[in-house]
Amino acid sequence: MLLSLEPRGQQSRLMLWCSPLLAAVLTLACGSLLFIALGHDPLQTLYTLLIAPISDLYGVSEWLVKTLPILLCALGLAVAYQARIWNIGAEGQLLLGALAGSALAVNIIGMQSRWALVLILLTGTLAGAAWAGLTAWLRTRFNANEILTSIMLNYIALNLLLFCVHGPLKDPAGFNFPESAMFGEASRLPLLLEDGRVHAGLYFALLVLVAVWVLLQKSFVGFQIKVLGLDARAAGFAGFRQKPLVWLALLISGALAGLAGVCEVTGPIGQLVPQVSPGYGYAAITVAFLGRLNPIGILFSSLLMALLYIGGESAQMSLNLPQAITQLFQGMMLFFLLACDVLILYRPRLNLRWARRTQTTAVQAGAL
Amino acid sequence: MSNPDSTARLQLRKISKRYPGCQANDAIDLSIQPGEIHALLGENGAGKSTLMKIIYGVTSADSGEVIWQGQRVNLRNPAQARSLGIGMVFQHFSLFETLTVAQNIALAMGAAAGSPAQLGPRIRDVSQRYGMVLEPQRLVHSLSIGERQRVEIIRCLMQDIRLLILDEPTSVLTPQEAEELFVTLRRLASEGCSILFISHKLGEVRALCHSATVLRGGRVSGHCTPAHCSDRELAQLMVGQAAGLITDYPKVSADKAFLQIDKLSWHNPDPFGCSLRDIDLEVRSGEIVGIAGVAGNGQDEWLALLSGETPLPRQQGETIRFDGQPVAHLRPDARRRLGLAFVPAERLGHGAVPQLSLADNALLTAFQQGLVSHGLIRRGKVEHLAEEIIRRFGVKTPDTRTPARSLSGGNLQKFILGREILQQPKLLVAAHPTWGVDVGAAATIHRALIALRDAGAAILVISEDLDELFQISDRLGALCGGRLSALRPTLETRLSDVGGWMAGQFDAPQSPAPASA
Repeated sequence: MLLSLEPRGQQSRLMLWCSPLLAAVLTLACGSLLFIALGHDPLQTLYTLLIAPISDLYGVSEWLVKTLPILLCALGLAVAYQARIWNIGAEGQLLLGALAGSALAVNIIGMQSRWALVLILLTGTLAGAAWAGLTAWLRTRFNANEILTSIMLNYIALNLLLFCVHGPLKDPAGFNFPESAMFGEASRLPLLLEDGRVHAGLYFALLVLVAVWVLLQKSFVGFQIKVLGLDARAAGFAGFRQKPLVWLALLISGALAGLAGVCEVTGPIGQLVPQVSPGYGYAAITVAFLGRLNPIGILFSSLLMALLYIGGESAQMSLNLPQAITQLFQGMMLFFLLACDVLILYRPRLNLRWARRTQTTAVQAGAL
Repeated sequence: MSNPDSTARLQLRKISKRYPGCQANDAIDLSIQPGEIHALLGENGAGKSTLMKIIYGVTSADSGEVIWQGQRVNLRNPAQARSLGIGMVFQHFSLFETLTVAQNIALAMGAAAGSPAQLGPRIRDVSQRYGMVLEPQRLVHSLSIGERQRVEIIRCLMQDIRLLILDEPTSVLTPQEAEELFVTLRRLASEGCSILFISHKLGEVRALCHSATVLRGGRVSGHCTPAHCSDRELAQLMVGQAAGLITDYPKVSADKAFLQIDKLSWHNPDPFGCSLRDIDLEVRSGEIVGIAGVAGNGQDEWLALLSGETPLPRQQGETIRFDGQPVAHLRPDARRRLGLAFVPAERLGHGAVPQLSLADNALLTAFQQGLVSHGLIRRGKVEHLAEEIIRRFGVKTPDTRTPARSLSGGNLQKFILGREILQQPKLLVAAHPTWGVDVGAAATIHRALIALRDAGAAILVISEDLDELFQISDRLGALCGGRLSALRPTLETRLSDVGGWMAGQFDAPQSPAPASA
């Protein structure tokens, strides 16, 4: 091999910071080539994809609206993934949070007090946690693989939501559309801007960001979660209780996804609709890993993911770029980001072929 | 000894091999004559393994020459080495447990094995010729460790063998088994086969080997004739300065029991695991009790019961007591609060988390020492503790942020032991405390254990290394088949006694002799 990788033995601090930059450069370069090949002006396309959508205050507000649910889900997933508990069920937990919150909200439309919102948010969060709790119970009681159970619970949650929105929660005055009634004013999250949809959920997200950061980086529980994930045997040796840690990680994960869901219905949407989530829970999986399971990293990666979402939409509308192309661009970016991470632990080395060959022939000549 | 008339069987000239960050071999010269048993001595990390891998074709040297029976060769892979007549028995066996002896040997030999009908008799033939009894049709999982080693050796002998490399072969054997192995090796050598014997046990090197090459830090630090060298001289070649390396520690006797185990029995749910039967033991404050035994005789199971990783039901709590208090039902952290410290057999993946920094690994078991307040980690204190461990126990590491896996075995073991000792335990249980540790680190560890004993702690050491047990223990016993022999003061015990216990030759444990106390 001309190019080989050799282990560094230790993380490279420099590469920890440089690898995302390198990935960005590679993505922009390859993306440009792709757009040129398709007959688009690369600079203009990149501008439409990445800069135009957030060039005004309204754009930034939309960006944040998209970021919030992804960020909340990804932060929760990071807690579970640090313990090597592969919760793939953020989507279902999010949907159930939205569903449970809505079920309460349509029954207290008339309530004027701000407590209505508090109750609804609490219900949604708890419902998300309970949904993840099912996975935790199956895992700790029957040792069932959490990847399978959490995925299957996603489908159950989705169909439960569809059933409710077509049935018990359907707005009686809604001309038979599969939607709930609009929530009461007191149960909506207040807006933060005059002309934009960004809402008070932003404060929750920031609060959760700090809380998860403290949990994972500073607290002893976070340390136990990390040890459990890295080395379950050492965790047992130190006396950490595995089952409660599994429960805790999954409950936090589910609660945050549930909060994301209920913030969507009480925030930008305002009612329960079948399309509460365009796959935020799945996007959050990528985002969590992209952010290296670190809360600060996840903040940036969720902003990036949200930008790709809205950039892709705007490129479709203004440049007629097919959706597949924007998805290709997203895929490229994720690929480069993950590929460049190899450089953190490995050092590339160029093997000069002629040098090797002369050495081998000398030895062979000697053998003859 | 060596025959000056014939050319050397194997000669290495100026072999150098560099790995990123370390010069594993630096211009090593080595020569082995036909029929010679040659010892390769050195600490861990001295470059023994790299050199063996070069000879066996697992890896290639950066520079230097390998001369096989007078001809320069370029070994590319183990198959080529085997075709020249080089065989190797690794420290960790590579056998399929669900297959028979014959099937395992056939797998290694490939086409040369012939039909199963021919192979069986050939195996029996070879095993009888070299005095290693082995039944070809037995399944490997039913064999003892010593028998498994025979399979590995016979696998090498089935071909026309000229050089046999053995990597620490006696580390898994009882003294009697080791003696049997030596008989075989001497017979092999007398037939003209050269043997390269890697070890750090000086006693057996002296008993077996004709000559020795000592490595230190990747270089040859000396050649010698082991029979004419003292332990001190050999150790000096291995580590540079041997002051305080081989010491006789005074034996003590104590009377106040701290750890008491009463009729501890435990049924292992794993059909291939070992169950424990009626273990009775008392470890007193201020003494070291050493337990010998070949691996797989219930050590792991017993250790898990002692550490709390396998807690017993509450009603059996009385079977293990610390200072009279029942603990067998308690978890590890609760036992630690009562004074337990524990050094497990596996350093990485059990005693320490490989990916975490040394500071985090200090926190791992010492978290009840005021390192956590209101649920938050007190980073400053953790750092301080890690630095103190590194300083007091001479751990060689750049800093406390270094991940545990990048430390050498000896350094990591010093760190783990230091972490446990600084918690000021009343009882320390240490499993194989110096396994795979270099002589210098082993001496540090022994001194630390003795100092802890003299400070009044009860210490239980479970080890396969009999030299070590005789050196540091005040009383000795052995574990065999999940049963524990009676304990006897070290000074009244002979090596052959322990060897017998290790093979299960002891009375039922209900007739111990606690009168010695």
